[in-house]
Amino acid sequence: MNKALWRLLAVLFAFSIVAAACGSDDGDDADDAPAATQASSSDDGDDMSDDMAEAVSIEYWLWDGNQQPYYEQCAADFEAANSGIDIEITQFGWGDYWTNVTAGFASGSGPDVFTDHLARYPEFVASDVLVPLNDFVERDNVDTSIYFPGLAELWVDNHGNRYGLPKDFDTIALVMNSAHIADAGVTADDFAAAEWNPDDGGSFGELIRKLSVDANGNSGDSPDFDPSNVEVYGLGLEGNFGAFGQTTFSAFAGSTGFEFLDVNPFGDSANYDDPRLAATIDWFARMIEAGYVVPIEDVESLGGTTVFQNGSAAVMADGSWKIGTYTGADTPFDVEFAPLPAGPSGSRASMFNGLADSINKNSEHPEEAWLWVKHLASPACQNIIGEGAVVFPAIPSAAEIAIAAHEGNGVDVTAFTVHVDDGTTFLFPITDSASQVEAIVGPAMQEILRGQADAAERLAQVAGEVNAVLGS
Amino acid sequence: MTSTAAPAQVPRRRSLFGSASLHGGWRSAFWFLLPALVGFVAFYLYPALRGLYISFTDWNLIANRGSWVGTDNYDRLFNDRQVWESLKITFKYTVINIASQTVLAIAIAVLMDRLTKSVTIRGILLLPWLIPNVIVALLWVWMLDGNLGIVNDFLGLFGMDPVRFFTDTGKVIPSLAGINTWRHMGYTALLIFAGLQTIPRSLYEAAAVDGATERQMFRDITIPLLRPILALVLVITIVGSLQVFDTVFVATGGFGGQPGGPANASRVIYLYIYQNAFDFNQLGYAATISVLLVAILLTVTFLQLKLLRAGESDLA
Repeated sequence: MNKALWRLLAVLFAFSIVAAACGSDDGDDADDAPAATQASSSDDGDDMSDDMAEAVSIEYWLWDGNQQPYYEQCAADFEAANSGIDIEITQFGWGDYWTNVTAGFASGSGPDVFTDHLARYPEFVASDVLVPLNDFVERDNVDTSIYFPGLAELWVDNHGNRYGLPKDFDTIALVMNSAHIADAGVTADDFAAAEWNPDDGGSFGELIRKLSVDANGNSGDSPDFDPSNVEVYGLGLEGNFGAFGQTTFSAFAGSTGFEFLDVNPFGDSANYDDPRLAATIDWFARMIEAGYVVPIEDVESLGGTTVFQNGSAAVMADGSWKIGTYTGADTPFDVEFAPLPAGPSGSRASMFNGLADSINKNSEHPEEAWLWVKHLASPACQNIIGEGAVVFPAIPSAAEIAIAAHEGNGVDVTAFTVHVDDGTTFLFPITDSASQVEAIVGPAMQEILRGQADAAERLAQVAGEVNAVLGS
Repeated sequence: MTSTAAPAQVPRRRSLFGSASLHGGWRSAFWFLLPALVGFVAFYLYPALRGLYISFTDWNLIANRGSWVGTDNYDRLFNDRQVWESLKITFKYTVINIASQTVLAIAIAVLMDRLTKSVTIRGILLLPWLIPNVIVALLWVWMLDGNLGIVNDFLGLFGMDPVRFFTDTGKVIPSLAGINTWRHMGYTALLIFAGLQTIPRSLYEAAAVDGATERQMFRDITIPLLRPILALVLVITIVGSLQVFDTVFVATGGFGGQPGGPANASRVIYLYIYQNAFDFNQLGYAATISVLLVAILLTVTFLQLKLLRAGESDLA
């Protein structure tokens, strides 16, 4: 048996020697190869460049699956007009998207063109991985004034370099459970006319008290209301507050006149110690305790959208990109939209955010990538996106198409656009350390909303930490 | 068997290679080890050394470059309160997880050994371990949710208020430890069950003849003789536990939370490393914290093997 075993080993060993020898032969060939392969590759090369001329492949990434079909349409039109370019669209969910984009940059690959976000692009700029578009824009005489005012400038850094062309914008409004508000005898017009302040909540505060119902059927304005056993909360929360509270506290804090940064974009100091912010967050904490606002614990796990769709909240603030979610089959009841309440400053305040398409510096075909970005930012493509009625395109005429398309579906979205028409928007805060700010402020907000920390005290502490990061 | 046969084969090998400066056994061992060695060097040794190098740089992950900053990151490490906070949370998780998991696993293993030999039951016990961590975490996020979860629905039948397992700062770590106990106890039980098979049956028979109870046999025979296996199991599970990441990331991130939340109550050390590397784009500092973690893991393992005398058996 031992003999047999050794014979087997010897055969295996001999085999491995032969394999190794073959391997090294290959290696020699490879060393000798350049001349040979060069010769053959020059033939190939011609073929290749012919092939290339026929189809340069541009990889395009986005995170919103709802928009993908309309971008496929844009790509088809673009390919028809530019026979040498092939657009490949890939979609990832929001979380995976940024991991993949980052991994793409780190590994020197990734998409040629990708949907970029204001919270992320400053870090990409600092890492020098995006192609500045200034020369392209100048050469092709691209008119950057065709977009809603302010959108194009969001993508210019403080050195004057432009890193994206606008594709769409979003604003915030209130979404209301029609059945719940009808039960309480409240209408969308009541909300449209409501005013809010951080002391007693104003008429908006009264409305959400009225809409809150406990398990015994007492409404929030009854003395018998039991805050520990609430069936329907007057106001839902879309999710975690985080540092910027785009869909949660930003509209309320903004309506007091609060601004996140000393200079936006690219401020080097934040105003987290502003007493108006502390008063706003404190109002939320008090309303949670009183049972009129959904506890933050309940939205942190499955998300506030689920809580709203479950019927546990009557009203909630959310972004225009979610209109389809609320009017679609996922929401088992009718909804209406209303603009945000006006605050102590005398007007409403919706965060105004815009996405753009950026080009990866690793792209082997920046010229073709630019042509695609130019097309994405053109009326031709944005009109198609508008027809899809998923988001509001960055070009006003295309946004009109989106509004009309929503109306055609029986959905009135003026609650979202009124903020733009009236000029009651403020820009998404742009800093080059958004994720670190998020990691500092987010947990503090969670403590305050749980009643574990005092708003003014905790936010003052946060302000110091944030400014240390921004100033560095 | 091969080692005893090897000397006889030395001449033949000598004729093949023409030299025999090494013992023949080593030569063949080298060839057998080569594939594993290549894997070790390419996927462990080189990345570890590179990680060590990166910990002395201000490496930017997105740009994939960095420059030497000396011991700056290490100075920062020792002044970073968050690192020590994360370690505290990690240790808390490990203590709860290992205690519950080991006790349950020993109980299950003894039951398997004494009561049933059914392969089906063993298979069922292993089932949670076969489900990917992310799926397990998502499953429990839904089941334990304060509003919609089936577990709270059940507790409600007994008149209990909903428990916010993942969003209550005091309950999140015990909840996470519980999930991983559920997932791992079957596998750990199987390892211990294998250890039980090394204990000679004659000892139990002798003890039974002397009138020992099951409890006495467990205390005086099973546990002492199981010690070498238990030491190994504890090293493996504690090292795994200290590196917990995916369950925390998925279960506390949920669909609306912040991974490591609420209010950083579950930000374990691995999550803090992840945040630094992938959220804050500070791979250099993340590597530095990783070096600290490696040092801690090595120390824990070394101490455990020493204290539990893993190399010796009480059988001899």
